[in-house]
Amino acid sequence: MKITFKIRRLNKEIGGRPYFQEFNIEAEPNDRVLDALMFVKTNLDGSLAFRKSCAHGVCGSDAMVINGVERLACKTLIKEITDDANFVITVEPLQGMLVQKDLMVSQDTFFENYRAVMPFLINDEPTDGKERIQSPEERVVFDDTTNCILCAACYSSCPVIQKKNPAFIGPAAVVNAARFIFDSRDQGLEKRLPALDNPNGVWPCKNHFNCTRVCPRGIKVTKNINLTKRKIIDYKKQNEKL
Amino acid sequence: MKHQYEAIIVGAGGAGLYAALEASKTAKTAVLSKLHPVRSHTGAAQGGIGAALGNLEEDKPEWHFFDTIKGGDYLSDQKAAQILVEEAVNAVYHLENLGLPFSRTKDGKIDQRRFGGHTRNFGEAPVRRACYAADRTGHMILQTLYQQCIKNNVAFFDEYFVLDTLIDGNKCNGVIAIELSTGEIHIFQSKAVLFATGGFGRIFKTTSNAYANTGDGPALLARAGVPMEDMEFYQFHPTGIYGMGILITEGVRGEGGILRNRYGERFMEKYAPTLLDLAPRDMISRAIIDEISQGNGIRGDKKIDDYVFLDATHIGKDIINKRLPDIAGFCRTYLGIDPAEKPIPVQPTAHYAMGGIPTDLRGRVIRNECGDVYEGLYAAGECACISVHGANRLGTNSLVDLVVYGRRAGTDIACFVKKADFGSIPASPDDAARKKVNSLITGRKSKSRGAITSRMQDVMMEKVGVFRTAKEMKEAVEVMRGLKDEFKEVGIKDTGKSFNTELVEALELENLLDIAYLTAVAAENRTETRGAHSRTDFPARDDANWLKHSLIWLDREQFGIKYREADVSLYKPKPRVY
Repeated sequence: MKITFKIRRLNKEIGGRPYFQEFNIEAEPNDRVLDALMFVKTNLDGSLAFRKSCAHGVCGSDAMVINGVERLACKTLIKEITDDANFVITVEPLQGMLVQKDLMVSQDTFFENYRAVMPFLINDEPTDGKERIQSPEERVVFDDTTNCILCAACYSSCPVIQKKNPAFIGPAAVVNAARFIFDSRDQGLEKRLPALDNPNGVWPCKNHFNCTRVCPRGIKVTKNINLTKRKIIDYKKQNEKL
Repeated sequence: MKHQYEAIIVGAGGAGLYAALEASKTAKTAVLSKLHPVRSHTGAAQGGIGAALGNLEEDKPEWHFFDTIKGGDYLSDQKAAQILVEEAVNAVYHLENLGLPFSRTKDGKIDQRRFGGHTRNFGEAPVRRACYAADRTGHMILQTLYQQCIKNNVAFFDEYFVLDTLIDGNKCNGVIAIELSTGEIHIFQSKAVLFATGGFGRIFKTTSNAYANTGDGPALLARAGVPMEDMEFYQFHPTGIYGMGILITEGVRGEGGILRNRYGERFMEKYAPTLLDLAPRDMISRAIIDEISQGNGIRGDKKIDDYVFLDATHIGKDIINKRLPDIAGFCRTYLGIDPAEKPIPVQPTAHYAMGGIPTDLRGRVIRNECGDVYEGLYAAGECACISVHGANRLGTNSLVDLVVYGRRAGTDIACFVKKADFGSIPASPDDAARKKVNSLITGRKSKSRGAITSRMQDVMMEKVGVFRTAKEMKEAVEVMRGLKDEFKEVGIKDTGKSFNTELVEALELENLLDIAYLTAVAAENRTETRGAHSRTDFPARDDANWLKHSLIWLDREQFGIKYREADVSLYKPKPRVY
């Protein structure tokens, strides 16, 4: 089938403003958007810049805005987003992040926010040389969060970051905090509070659910943010009593 | 710009990160990666990491050891394999202690599942040895190690592509890398360099490997005069998604999945009566191609791109959703089916390099057939060849390899740099790298990369695939030689400095071509069938002449092909039946 790619381009070295460039190409309905981008890059314009690696939705490199929605280019088939009447595919870089070149955006702030929540197990108790025991019931509590591939689709979709508070640490950082806060082996809630319990921490989230809708890993992002808020409130209440 | 670190790690997958964690405890360490670390392909490993914990049934490292060397068709170096299986147990506990969220047994221990070629009591029956975190075990290993690197303030240079090594005689003094965001070329002087750049499945048309798996480390070192070991042994995983090559974990069969031909027959009964669908990967890939060539594939047209079914419909939705959620997702996304309801169309997909940069048990790179090593040059993970996997790797052992030998290399580097001095580097060590980049960018050359890439991948797939013959491999060698020449005329159109991804792809293609060439030459040279190297013109294993590792130099005219004896000191080779 014939498709028309409308790709947002920007090359800061040359200067100028971002613009849309159209490419008319042949693609199979079952091709990934990434396949079509690779076709353009290999055969039509080698300078087209985008990140890619695993090509099956697990490495998180190729999140971009496809027909107005954050998606992974390798996990989106042409047939999902086109039909006989509408064969135009618009591709833009993620929002709320500085565009580096074409579809590549700076992930610096995104990963700084990730680092700020101390995304590692905090537990200094020695072990007996074997595993720490964790029941399947305890394990399943945070299972959802372990799916995160740090693709930043949620961050780009977040209306709070877009319109109100660009300093909000964002959905992915909170999900990765939740990953540990709800892990029965972790003891680091208190250490993470400075990053979470502040005006740019968990609180700016206003339950728009965009993050949950776009997450290519199906994580219930908003739910995890709310659970984290609840956990902080409960923790503070308990501390007040003491 | 010039930097000085005691240790440089190239590559940020499991092996690189583990080594970095160890080395950085005492040595000033930096990790260079062409990708952001969390994009590394370790993250795509699915089914599990093998270790004889015995959490669900009796198991011993000794059984794991036997399975590993039998799986490797007796070419594994047995002391190296023994270390692998023994240290696997502590490595898995260590990963858990670092936070890795393994799936759990009812009593809260690490859960374990069955996997191909892993047996109890020397081949009696499958055993539960693969420790897993649903079907994203590699993802969790990569995340856990990266998290630990954050915790321990390891220095990262993300999106730096290594262009050249500073090897002076037998000593490595650093690397040259290009910073992708600026195009600036950096000099990294160091006492030790570890290559952990992963695999090179992109030499083949159908592969489970990422775009990034282009053999950068092995190719760079091969061009610097380092021999490559056992390049003829390349594993085709039996169950890649038909037409796409995306991996469907052996864990599906570990949970009870069955391979079926067009008549619905469980054809592995004919090929491996004891282990059936959990036989090693090389045997199952051959069985699938055999079925296809007999007209038993699903289309039945005997064409090489026919396929078979992986039937998981009897496993039940519940177990699939709980233990194989990503697989279910891949099937939905790419095939539009639910594996609990319909069988998955699969065919062999190029998956794993058993061969690569030769190393000793401490990860030091070997430079000749005597086993002498370079000073300050290390390799670990898929790009290295110790050799623990011999002629065919067992499922789960790649993750074991990268944590066990990544850690060993890191530990050795930490000790080595304490005693070592920085070597002297030439006045303009980056001259060659600059020249290479400039010739690609500013040259008036016009040949495009696309045609060369497709031709390489098509020919390697057709002629150096699951089954091989002298005639076809000779043709492949000639084609690769020709493509290497054609590459000299490749030019790129993007003349910019910032994020010149076209330049990166051209450099990656150069690496792939050298690796494809070495693979084809090594394959043609080995006149026997062993493990993943299966020749229809030499259908038997030949222990009298070939119980040895091949070492191949890129400058073949000068060095030829040499050999190192395989270490079979513990178990003597036996016929390999399952």
